[in-house]
Amino acid sequence: MNVFEWSFLAGVLTATTPVLLAALGGLLCQVAGVFNIALEGQLLWGAFVAVVVSDLTGSAWTGVAGAVAATVLFSALLSGPAVALRADPIVVAVGLNLLALGLTAFLMRQIFGSGGTYSSPDLAGLPDLGELGVDVPVLREQSPLVPVALLLVVVMATWLTRTRSGLRLRAVGQHLDAAQAVGLRVSGYQHGVTLVAGALCGLAGAQLSLGNVTLFSEGMSAGRGWIAVVAVMLSGVYPGRLLLACLLFGVAEAFGFRLQGAGLPQQAADAAPYVITLAALVLAAVTRRRRRSYEHA
Amino acid sequence: MSAPAVARRVVASAPVVALAGALLLTTLVMVVVGVDPTLAYPALVRGALFDGNLEYTIAAFVPTLGMALAFALPLRAGEFNLGGDGQLALGGVTAAAVALLAPLPPGVAVVLPLVLGAVAGGVVAVVAAPLSTRLGIPAIVSTLLISAPAVSLASYLVRFPLAEPNTGIAQTPPLPEAAHLPALGGSGYLTIGLPLVAVLTALWLYADGRTVLGYEIRATGQNREFARYGGVRVGRVAALALAGGGAFAGLAGALIVLGPPHRFVDGALTAPGYTFTAVAAVLLAGARPVVVPLTVALLTFLQVGGQGMEREAGVPSQLTQIVQGLIIVIVAVLATLRARRAR
Repeated sequence: MNVFEWSFLAGVLTATTPVLLAALGGLLCQVAGVFNIALEGQLLWGAFVAVVVSDLTGSAWTGVAGAVAATVLFSALLSGPAVALRADPIVVAVGLNLLALGLTAFLMRQIFGSGGTYSSPDLAGLPDLGELGVDVPVLREQSPLVPVALLLVVVMATWLTRTRSGLRLRAVGQHLDAAQAVGLRVSGYQHGVTLVAGALCGLAGAQLSLGNVTLFSEGMSAGRGWIAVVAVMLSGVYPGRLLLACLLFGVAEAFGFRLQGAGLPQQAADAAPYVITLAALVLAAVTRRRRRSYEHA
Repeated sequence: MSAPAVARRVVASAPVVALAGALLLTTLVMVVVGVDPTLAYPALVRGALFDGNLEYTIAAFVPTLGMALAFALPLRAGEFNLGGDGQLALGGVTAAAVALLAPLPPGVAVVLPLVLGAVAGGVVAVVAAPLSTRLGIPAIVSTLLISAPAVSLASYLVRFPLAEPNTGIAQTPPLPEAAHLPALGGSGYLTIGLPLVAVLTALWLYADGRTVLGYEIRATGQNREFARYGGVRVGRVAALALAGGGAFAGLAGALIVLGPPHRFVDGALTAPGYTFTAVAAVLLAGARPVVVPLTVALLTFLQVGGQGMEREAGVPSQLTQIVQGLIIVIVAVLATLRARRAR
């Protein structure tokens, strides 16, 4: 088994992208001081709508657009209660994750007539970059949303550090009252990032169900939204670190696939991303604690 | 307070309003997708209470109440335990392993698997405590992250070392007769599990309201810094609360496995969604632990009845998951609206 081959790197990139897109949304919310742990439900909802719309229209890009629009609407269920009414964002998010799980399973049976997994020749998946004329080994079999996600990391990093509105957003997250005192429309920023996070989760879901594979199966987000939450916790306000954290998950998942190919039970492959993510979280927390105790010494 | 005033307070209370709101929205969903509510709701009631289904409702009530305690106890200390599935599965697989591998005398053959199942659940849950209190990693994230590998581990154990030989089905062999939960009449679904969780719930309610530990748990949950200042060892209290919650989940898993069909079937513990039905029930009960058994009964009724609705009216039973999700969101909104009015 050779880890250092193009197909492995391509596998890492494929596994990373949906998590990265969702995590970028989570990062924006964290920057603006909105605690968003509804990424899992939004990712699942986006994946579902992408498949439904692509199946109805025969166009993958319409599916992506539908997923983005529908997930923005879904995220309004978070921004309304949590930002406008200041309801407990944890409780609202727990409810929304459950709602997404039930709603997708329910509508799947109503629309496609059965539960479990849906795939069909009518279902258009996103094209490979190779088909669009990109001849780079790692990217050849990726969907166009993969470079979009990587580009968004750069865009977001630049926006948060180099633009007026980006810096204002950070001010909202750092000190709500101070930001309000200098005249920023605090809740406007917070509503905005929650809805943008919805759009990014819609993209993430579409990448999962039309890019990584071309099908929908119940609960297919399979914890990726939670891994994205952890990636956000690991990265503070820095999109670069976020990319590294998501890549770590991508490596774990791609490595799990390889191990399975090498004869290890599937359960070990399933568990690998969670164990590695948790280990990274603990390691980061321990390091932070040690650094702080040095500073105090 | 006069009788009408009491009635008015009950009708206007958060659980009743949340439930009514969720049912209204669900009816709306039904109408939108073309289901006749006048057929669906009677089918739901029949599916939960009549035609011999009451027994199944009670059989589902027992693990759901166990999972409700698994979520509620750590929540009182301010820790969100969303890893119930992992604690449930490992508790169940531990109980099955003990019952299968150790020939035990009658009596002990039931008690030991239950106890060790509870211990296994507690061990899985308590890992989250130092992560939360020492490293600042929220339990809501760590319990979930630990839960997934725990479910995978249970699934591995039941597929390989503990699998029933030569069947190819992911389940253990049937447990020995001595390890079956004693039945309370009927077809065996009604077992001593019911009085057992009832007693444990009563003990928890007593401990929560009337003991020093219960007070310290609540103080830790309401204001950790203040509790620390008041001399509460908050790290230890949080660990105890999480371990206790995990033990309830592990016990629920053991009770399922030792009840009919008396074996651990892969996925049978997590598929019915006990964990999140319980989360919805606890949040619906709000800050009143005494109400928890009632809300659990109500949501179990909806959950089991939902399957009857699917059989009779062709409505996918996942509708009940939608109801649960809506209930949680509405409860959160009502809580904040009330807090505003109080100010």
